[in-house]
Amino acid sequence: MTTVDDRPASPPAEAPRRRPNPALALLRNSWRQLTSMRTALILLFLLAVAAIPGSVLPQRGVNPENVDRYFVEHPELAPQLDRIGAFEVFGSVWFSAIYLLLFTSLVGCILPRMREHVRALRARPPAAPKRMDRLPQHTVLESPGAADPQAIAAVLRRRRWRVQVRGNEVSAEKGYLKETGNLLFHTSLVAVLIGVALGSWYGWHGNRLLVTGADNAFCNTRQQYAEAKLGPRVDSADLPSFCLTLDRFDARFLPTGLPESYRATVTVDRPDGSDRRTADFSVNSPLRLGSANVYLLGHGYAPILKYTDRYGRSQTSAVPFLTSGDANLTSEGVAAFPDANVDPATGRRDANQQVAFEGLYLPTAPDTAPFASSRFPEERNPAVVLAAYRGNLGLDAGIPGSVYQLDQRQVTNGKLKQVGNKKLAPGETWTLDDGSKLEFLGTKRYITLSVRHDPGEKLMLGACVVLLVGLMGSLFGRRRRVWFRVTPPDSGSPTGGSSLVSAGGLPRTDHPGFAEEFASLVAAVRDDGRPDRWAREGVE
Amino acid sequence: MSAVSDQLVTFAILVYLVAMISHAVEYALGNVRAVSARVAPARELVGAGVGGGGVDKVDAATTPPTSAPPSARPSRSAGRARLAGRIAAGLTVLAAALHLGALVTRGIAADRMPWGNMYEFVLTVTWIGTAAWLVVLWKRPALRQLGLFLTLVMVLLLAFAELKLYVPVVPLMPALQSYWFIIHVSTIVFSSGIFLLGVVPAVSFLLRNGYEQGRRSFPYTLARRLPGAADLERLTFALHAFAFPIFTFAVIAGAIWAEAAWGRAWGWDPKETWAFISWVVYAGYLHARATPSVRRNVATWIAVLGFLTVLMNLFGVNFFFTGLHSYAGVE
Ligand code: HEM
Repeated sequence: MTTVDDRPASPPAEAPRRRPNPALALLRNSWRQLTSMRTALILLFLLAVAAIPGSVLPQRGVNPENVDRYFVEHPELAPQLDRIGAFEVFGSVWFSAIYLLLFTSLVGCILPRMREHVRALRARPPAAPKRMDRLPQHTVLESPGAADPQAIAAVLRRRRWRVQVRGNEVSAEKGYLKETGNLLFHTSLVAVLIGVALGSWYGWHGNRLLVTGADNAFCNTRQQYAEAKLGPRVDSADLPSFCLTLDRFDARFLPTGLPESYRATVTVDRPDGSDRRTADFSVNSPLRLGSANVYLLGHGYAPILKYTDRYGRSQTSAVPFLTSGDANLTSEGVAAFPDANVDPATGRRDANQQVAFEGLYLPTAPDTAPFASSRFPEERNPAVVLAAYRGNLGLDAGIPGSVYQLDQRQVTNGKLKQVGNKKLAPGETWTLDDGSKLEFLGTKRYITLSVRHDPGEKLMLGACVVLLVGLMGSLFGRRRRVWFRVTPPDSGSPTGGSSLVSAGGLPRTDHPGFAEEFASLVAAVRDDGRPDRWAREGVE
Repeated sequence: MSAVSDQLVTFAILVYLVAMISHAVEYALGNVRAVSARVAPARELVGAGVGGGGVDKVDAATTPPTSAPPSARPSRSAGRARLAGRIAAGLTVLAAALHLGALVTRGIAADRMPWGNMYEFVLTVTWIGTAAWLVVLWKRPALRQLGLFLTLVMVLLLAFAELKLYVPVVPLMPALQSYWFIIHVSTIVFSSGIFLLGVVPAVSFLLRNGYEQGRRSFPYTLARRLPGAADLERLTFALHAFAFPIFTFAVIAGAIWAEAAWGRAWGWDPKETWAFISWVVYAGYLHARATPSVRRNVATWIAVLGFLTVLMNLFGVNFFFTGLHSYAGVE
């Protein structure tokens, strides 16, 4: 593990020629502070702490319903929390401030290190220290005849050391990968952030529900989504044009009721009907259209209800009933007939004669009452349990309401009255008090899907690969240096006419295996193809 | 098969428990010796030769410098201590084998990898921890004393899993049927296991470091016979440096899987948020360790904190929050 003091000290060596401008000095000091390791550490810690509320409090981006519920449950606290962005932690000013500072610090940290590293990569391994025996690893070899620095260099090169021969000295260094990896790692963090930014500026997504059948097809325009979000750099007109029709949806369940597999079959075409093709997709294998991806998020049933009003005119609707997390798909919904009971004689629509049915759909109803929840997610004994309402549905008031719920205000203020309730199996007909009829014809399947385009994804994926490679290089790379110095035979020496080769090694990062590596390197130099050349290993 | 697995888990817990007791016995006998050695410093009759051959490097490393060489009388208890330690290690191997058997039979019963719910998840994470511990023990027998803490952790986690998290075998739901699931979960499990193991030397280091700095109050005295602080610290780092890239990979694999399953790579679901927190905390640990001005025990505290966030993700998130990762099988 390198320590930071491994980095060359930044230029205090330069003589202070001019009196520094105090403002500049302050700036430079703050910059130095910001790009210090300690600051990075503190910012990392702050980032972790700042993320905690994002998991404790409900988040709008994750499930807005829970945020609404929180507002109801904590009417005092919630608005306060909302003001400081606690329901959108990851987009809040303070969270952004922390990571932007961190990344500024990061850039300020890696740029000088990069410059330094490029210099180190081009520099030659430094000259040997005078006294090898001061190094953590050192030894002396004794050789008969002249030892050749070039031969030693060749051995080292073969072992992929970077080598420099200076006269009778060989310097070698290895493990530049560590710093390379470290820089790659930190740079790819920046690339990941850029990918995130690209995705949020140029990406878009929309969610909606799609019922089977050609008459329910939808085309990729903003209006056709129940909920859509376009990045600030995306215009509605930029959405690629295609239409989807859900041909069929298959879900298989285990006897226990747990889902086993899902498959949605769709027809994809252009608005003008060209380029038609069918495709399957599922959870875990989205439909990839090139310009967007379509994800299967959920599924359910849409009961087909045929209402015949008191004038004998009938309308049919297949309204999706929504599930609220029940594994057996107990679903709730409302079928509204605002145009019911238009007097054929006058053609006048009476806003107080509108009709709606609200209630449950149970794919597998229990055999006996209460008919409150389904017993199995598949349709084994399907039934609707509906309450009929007549009166003013409140649709004309101009207040947007949910199509999946009755406007309860109309019920409480008496403008909408309940006129009976009933359980219907497919094919059964219910005759209401005014002679009108409701027939339950069966169901259609529906799916909920999300259509998305994220242009930052490829960059993020690529950056993640580099990040991992760099991280491994950084964590497991080890920088180390070795030196060999050949001392030519000296007639007066006690060894009598053989060269002495002194060797030394310095691990520049924590490296428990360095002693063995050094020993094997020395052995390789000693045994280098000339078994008799190096007589015996010198004493340490 | 599923019943076999359940029984094997029970047996494994029992064997871990006995291993823990053996470690405790070794520890206690060791303390007796250390204490009696200190009260009878003059009796240096037999010398260290009795202490046994090269097997017991532990003693040299762990006997605090203040205490005199072992004397004759307690050396018998030193021998017993060593025996207890060996029994403990052997029992840990046996427990690991039973534990593995439980995982395999569970996997066969479910006809998939045994990582489908929190019960299986904890079962696997703890096994990885034990297996990695055995590797460490093999390479560095001198660290055997740490086994006491390790087996304690295993007993607690496994008993908790069996009592609180148990669910019958069920197949995977469609959202989990993806090879990215296997890659994601196996690497999460693996790295969590190594982080779990990493906590043992980390806490031991904190205790031992305090002890070596002369603290003699309660928790530090536990560290009297532990290996040297520097060794513990190095092991702590090695384990974390090994686990961190795997954890990073696991998080990335999870994002790839989430993209395919839910249409977004990252959505700040509580599980994802806590994985992010763990990742940032561990990155902080690696930074702190690389910064000379940060003391090693501060860095190690960060590693311990990191593991608390991992635990939070394993248990806390499943219990306290609801999210898309709602497959834990806990009501
Ligand atoms: C975005 C936030 C950051 C993350 C997630 C991060 C993560 C990491 C990780 C995981 C390592 C370990 C790799 C290793 O030990 O070699 C590391 C090392 C390092 N980081 Fe960062 N880092 C971040 C920001 C920074 C910043 C702002 C600086 C500059 C002040 C910095 C400087 C360093 C240095 C010098 C090392 C090398 C330590 C060594 O030599 O071992 N990092 N970083």
